[in-house]
Amino acid sequence: MSSERIVGIDLGTTNSLVAFMQGKNPVVIPGDDGLNLVPSVVALDEHEQILVGNSARKYLIETPERSVFSIKRLMGRGMEDIQEELKLFPFRLADDLHSGEVLRIKLGQKAFTPPEISAFILRQLKRNAERFFNAPVTKAVITVPAYFNDAQRQATKDAGRIAGIEVLRLVNEPTAASLAYGLDKKQNGIVAVYDLGGGTFDISILKLHDGIFEVISTNGDTHLGGDDIDNVLIRIALDDIRGDMGLDLSRNGEAVARIRKAVIETKIALSSQTTAHLDVELPEGKRYQREISRAQFEQLIQPIIDRTLAPCKQALKDAGLKPEQIDEVVLVGGSTRIPKVRALVESLFERTPHTGLNPDEVVALGAAVQATILAGGSEATENMLLLDVTPLSLGIEVAGGVTDKIILRNSTIPASATQHYTTQIDGQANVAIHVLQGERELAKDCRSLARFDLKGIPPMTAGMPRIEVKFLIDANGILHVSAREQRSGKAAEIEVQPSYGLTDEQVESMILDSFDYAEEDFRQRQVIEARNEAATILAALEKGRQSPAWGQLTSAEKKQIAKLENGLVQVRSEDDYAAIRKAIDTLNQATMRLAELMMDSAVSTALTGKTMDEADLGEGPSAPHPVAKAEFK
Amino acid sequence: MVVLANGESTCWSCGQMRATHFCTSCGRVQPPAPADHFAFFGLPRKLNVDVARLERDFYELSRRLHPDLYGTAAAREQEWSLEQTSKLNDAYRTLKDPIARTRYLLRLQGVEFEEQSKAATEKARSTGQLKQQVVPPDLLEDVFELNLQLEELRTQKKMGEDDPALLEEVGKQKLSLETRQDTLLDELKGYWNEWDSTVEGDAVGRVRVRDKMVDLLNRRNYIRNLVRDVNEVLGN
Repeated sequence: MSSERIVGIDLGTTNSLVAFMQGKNPVVIPGDDGLNLVPSVVALDEHEQILVGNSARKYLIETPERSVFSIKRLMGRGMEDIQEELKLFPFRLADDLHSGEVLRIKLGQKAFTPPEISAFILRQLKRNAERFFNAPVTKAVITVPAYFNDAQRQATKDAGRIAGIEVLRLVNEPTAASLAYGLDKKQNGIVAVYDLGGGTFDISILKLHDGIFEVISTNGDTHLGGDDIDNVLIRIALDDIRGDMGLDLSRNGEAVARIRKAVIETKIALSSQTTAHLDVELPEGKRYQREISRAQFEQLIQPIIDRTLAPCKQALKDAGLKPEQIDEVVLVGGSTRIPKVRALVESLFERTPHTGLNPDEVVALGAAVQATILAGGSEATENMLLLDVTPLSLGIEVAGGVTDKIILRNSTIPASATQHYTTQIDGQANVAIHVLQGERELAKDCRSLARFDLKGIPPMTAGMPRIEVKFLIDANGILHVSAREQRSGKAAEIEVQPSYGLTDEQVESMILDSFDYAEEDFRQRQVIEARNEAATILAALEKGRQSPAWGQLTSAEKKQIAKLENGLVQVRSEDDYAAIRKAIDTLNQATMRLAELMMDSAVSTALTGKTMDEADLGEGPSAPHPVAKAEFK
Repeated sequence: MVVLANGESTCWSCGQMRATHFCTSCGRVQPPAPADHFAFFGLPRKLNVDVARLERDFYELSRRLHPDLYGTAAAREQEWSLEQTSKLNDAYRTLKDPIARTRYLLRLQGVEFEEQSKAATEKARSTGQLKQQVVPPDLLEDVFELNLQLEELRTQKKMGEDDPALLEEVGKQKLSLETRQDTLLDELKGYWNEWDSTVEGDAVGRVRVRDKMVDLLNRRNYIRNLVRDVNEVLGN
């Protein structure tokens, strides 16, 4: 039985977190800097080493061309989707990008896809968890915005694989938050979760029923969040600077990064103060200073936060509910700290929103709850079950460029639909299916998800073959397609061309590439494993001392063992796994005879009714965490 | 506890008890058996459904079949759980909604709603226009008038003008269409008892009720699309 811990990860636009269930409560695992939040910033330092989080942050200003933030905005997106983002964010696209190719972002002279950059962040979180548990962590639940489409979800899953994490489930962020909230008070009722984060907005309406968290409707905007507020403030500052000083800094990466940092601080200050002072050092010893009042700030951000209204209204409508039928409103995401956002939610739902849990952490905490449920559950999660929905309708393109919807938005997942296809001409061997996601009538207005090519249809007269195609959206919100030619009963071959995203081969090769950056992981893992092995042998030795076999050793043998034991205890606390292994091996050698003597006595006690397990170590609560042997030697 | 009559067999895991979606003895998920949405819930093919009970059964079955409960199970059990739960969700979604349920049952009876839409699609392709539906004759006059008004509103919108009187008029029309939708649903429900009590053998009786329901569904569908068009123009 594996008792490996499954962690919950919130892979956020601005910050990322990893959490786990400690007994009855989910807790966030801090990084080695002691902080819970890992900024979703990745930088390549002067030694070509990847840095993540707080240590990467200073590079945003010092070497903006070697750092990246808000990569989540680019997950699962194509070149034509991101033209707006490129105007607002300092993303540096690789020069040799072809259309239809997965984006690549430059860090210095290197280029990485968004899933690879996200994988760097995930790897950091994985490391933090491994350090915390002193054991490998390879399985996780990762959260995604509820309104993420198939490509964005797939990209997140790919990021997990590249980071060496088996993603057991993608959970929608607002739903995860509701799990964290629902943990302590298992009540029934209708809850709305308003989640305005760094780059995404979600609204989900749930029905809570004896531990079942049933999402009734969801809506949102995957490109709306605190980033957009920052961009408005940056634009104003740049305009001011151009007007007052005649300086155009819009192409000066370092200056823009400094302004960004300053406006974020101002924005945060204005949540608790009525005025804030914006002060930025500019090139050539100049300085930009300005007072901003909360009233001015609120006026500036009004158009942005108003964009959350339509999704909320649509979600209510889809749920068939009026605002007064909502029992509770929960706020999630850092941007809900802005008083104006709270006021907006309050007036929309006609009640004071709930803010009991830290809006930055609640999603990760909920992911940890879901991780425990997937691992088989605990007393705290007993009876808890999440029933989520697909945020967007799934359709196929039919004649005339029209979308034929086969799974409607807000359908509980897993959900499926079956379609039948035939051929148009005699002997036709292939049928092409274009799958779309979205609500619009025309295929061109929906998002292309993939093109499926049914191949190897047995030659028949036109209209004779009957190909049954099954579309299944799994519990992660990701589509699977399978096909069967019903007359021959053969599973039809499907060739998938994802419209946006990586092929399996590409992900595999990225996993290999990532080993270049996994040097540190590898070392860490070796140390952890060696330490665990050391703990095992030391515990076994302690047992040995209590056993009758100990008395059969010579005093020279006992002395030698004690010396080597001391040596192992010494090196165990150091980071040199080779030294730990060596100390283990010599101690092993020296205790060989003790082990044999113990074995003999164990066999004889077994005859008198005791088992080997009892005679030997056993897997009691004090036994070290079982760790798989190192794969690499 | 839901007891289901379909797909009885022995459990792959404990091999003894009779099994349906899950084993009644050891509780493990079973490979899905072919079943229509009614059979999945162990219900007769009838239009009157106790929706409160359906919901209870849905939750109960979710608690036994959902993939989250098989997170650590063998791959094939995970696969079965995924398939069973998607069937459960599809069945629940269809049966809880009065319109979807009626359409589904009629389709099981051989009514091909898709054929109509396929024909419309063919026409759309040959003419290069969007799909259009046949207008129920008694609605013809109202619809003609409403479409003119909608066209006018669209033009005004483009020019940046607005005509409060016309907006109000269209708003009123929308309300009356919505009332009509509700009335049609009530009328449809009126035929449920008749259908459910008509015996299988009474082919003539069934065809009569069936055709009435098909007609009501088509009219309601038409009005629903009209309301959607109005909403699009009114911007809500």
